[in-house]
Amino acid sequence: MFYRLAGIYHTGYPSDRKALVYGFDRIQVFLVLVTVLSAPFWTSGFLLSGYLLPWVIWSTAALSLNLLMGWAGQIHLGYAAVMAIGAYTAIHLGHSGVPLELALLAAGASSAVIGLVFGAAALRVKGLYLAVSTLALQFLVQWIIINVPAIGGGHLATIQAPPLRILGLDMTSEAGAYYVALAWCVMVTVFMVNVGRTAFGRALMALREKDYAAEMIGIDTFYYKTIAFWVSSFLGGITGAVLALTYYRAVTVEQFGIDVSIQALAMVIIGGLGNIVGSFLGAGFILLAPSLISNLLRWCSETIGLSLPVTLLTNIQLMTYGGLILIFLIIEPLGLAKIYFNVRNYFLVWPFAYTKRQV
Amino acid sequence: MSASFVLELIINGGLVGLMYALVAIGIVFIYKSSAVVNFAQGAMVMLGAFLVWSLSDRVGLPNWVAILVGLCAMYGFGLLVERLALRPMVGQPVIMIILMTLGLEIFLRGLTPTVWGIDPRPLNLGIGHKAIFLGEILINRSYLIGGMAALVVTVLCALMFKTRTGIKLRAVSDDYVASWSVGIYVERAIGISWAVAGGMACVGGALWGSIQGVDWSLSLLLLKALAVAILGGLDSIGGAILGGVMIGILEGVISAFLDPLVGSTREVVAVFVILLTILIRPYGLMGKEIIERV
Repeated sequence: MFYRLAGIYHTGYPSDRKALVYGFDRIQVFLVLVTVLSAPFWTSGFLLSGYLLPWVIWSTAALSLNLLMGWAGQIHLGYAAVMAIGAYTAIHLGHSGVPLELALLAAGASSAVIGLVFGAAALRVKGLYLAVSTLALQFLVQWIIINVPAIGGGHLATIQAPPLRILGLDMTSEAGAYYVALAWCVMVTVFMVNVGRTAFGRALMALREKDYAAEMIGIDTFYYKTIAFWVSSFLGGITGAVLALTYYRAVTVEQFGIDVSIQALAMVIIGGLGNIVGSFLGAGFILLAPSLISNLLRWCSETIGLSLPVTLLTNIQLMTYGGLILIFLIIEPLGLAKIYFNVRNYFLVWPFAYTKRQV
Repeated sequence: MSASFVLELIINGGLVGLMYALVAIGIVFIYKSSAVVNFAQGAMVMLGAFLVWSLSDRVGLPNWVAILVGLCAMYGFGLLVERLALRPMVGQPVIMIILMTLGLEIFLRGLTPTVWGIDPRPLNLGIGHKAIFLGEILINRSYLIGGMAALVVTVLCALMFKTRTGIKLRAVSDDYVASWSVGIYVERAIGISWAVAGGMACVGGALWGSIQGVDWSLSLLLLKALAVAILGGLDSIGGAILGGVMIGILEGVISAFLDPLVGSTREVVAVFVILLTILIRPYGLMGKEIIERV
């Protein structure tokens, strides 16, 4: 209907290899880009820095985590710790006079190195050890930030972020911070769109489907697992730094606690493992769901005339995340992305359902 | 530092370690009978503790009745988890089932404070706080009783694997499909393993709750229990006891000597144990060496 297609037929390899196969997809991407690029001109400050900015940053984080969990099929329970390493590195370097562009790169590198040390320990063995080892990373990083004053700034301290100057431009305004985050998000998205089309991405997918089979067809599984871990941690480190520099504008240990790791995990699972659109949907859904549900509950209780216990409203977030993970894993393990693509694929060829082709 | 002080640290640490092992055995039990690492064990301990607290404090049942009823309730909870959450997941990769248990942990960690509040509740099991003296050595009475209870549960658990049901559970752990083909009711076997782990979580929750009060922080025992289970070997009940004692002693001694220098080290001992075990001996001290390296 919207797509005006009755199937898709390639006449040569170049058209088959395009990142966006459908014409309408290209229009869609263009429209979304125009919308987000012009956002500072048509939205109020609160909508921009309270909703759009975190959505952009968390989508980037979910994408980076998705590379590891969705594409390479490795589990990571301490992603907030990886982001914390990046954030603290960037902010300390920024304060010591290093230009922020370099500080961001260093943030990614330090996250990648530390993340890899923990990953490499467990990558030799199978998934569940990796889960426990990354959980250990989470607790160790939190402990170091709290107990080493040179890093965390002392007990329960908050370190202010340096002024946001990138490529010689002053980006401290709301719109500036938004554009910095958006630029990073676009870079990661373009990277992820292309990962699936390279030898690297295909090796990761083979690894995810069956590691034995991947080994049999000549994929060095340990090498590719390590690279996946490295890249994902690198992107996660920079995303953490961007989060601290543009959104919080400060770092404390609470911003990167175990609950934040769980939040990132929930975004990836609910959005859809191994799906780019899913990461955006998942991030948006997870950011909005707790406040939506608590508002809904408040509204319901006011209509009925019951008073809600305060503890319910404060704990609604964890309950929502946990409940949503359970529901999605049981009912729709491929997440919101699968729902989106079901609808899209239906309309793609409507009314010629017999030519349905999945992408 | 006198020798008796060190000995005291070691004995009390070992007893605390046995109580860690009590939580870890739940993880080992589920792993041994369905090859899944249960990340929800910490939350189940918390749930069990809250159940026992409400039964003894709110309903006013005697302690032993409260623990017994709580045990049955947690047994039922385990069966329910299998029926509602695990059965639809049959055929999914193990990684998805691990994520499912993690989702359950998160959900329970949000649910229990909603129902029972976030303030710690004192749970008095009638153990008393009077210390026991063994010569010059002071032994914490709660730890002693907790450690003994852990030993009893462990022995029961090891014996269970000798029974007909236990052998079925081991078969299921080896291969779901093969067990099906020889007529084992796999779903029920997994249900039983979760139910037994739920019962253990209730005992562990009651003991830990009587020591540090009943609140959400009981779910943090998960990390310690994981460290114990991994150090001992994920499929070894004896290993869990050994690992628990070792981690308990390490925690006690290291935090006594290093805390004045670098701040609270109690939390990170478990982290380092996990990392070193995975690096050096991933199958643990007493686990089977059948880890696939792909």
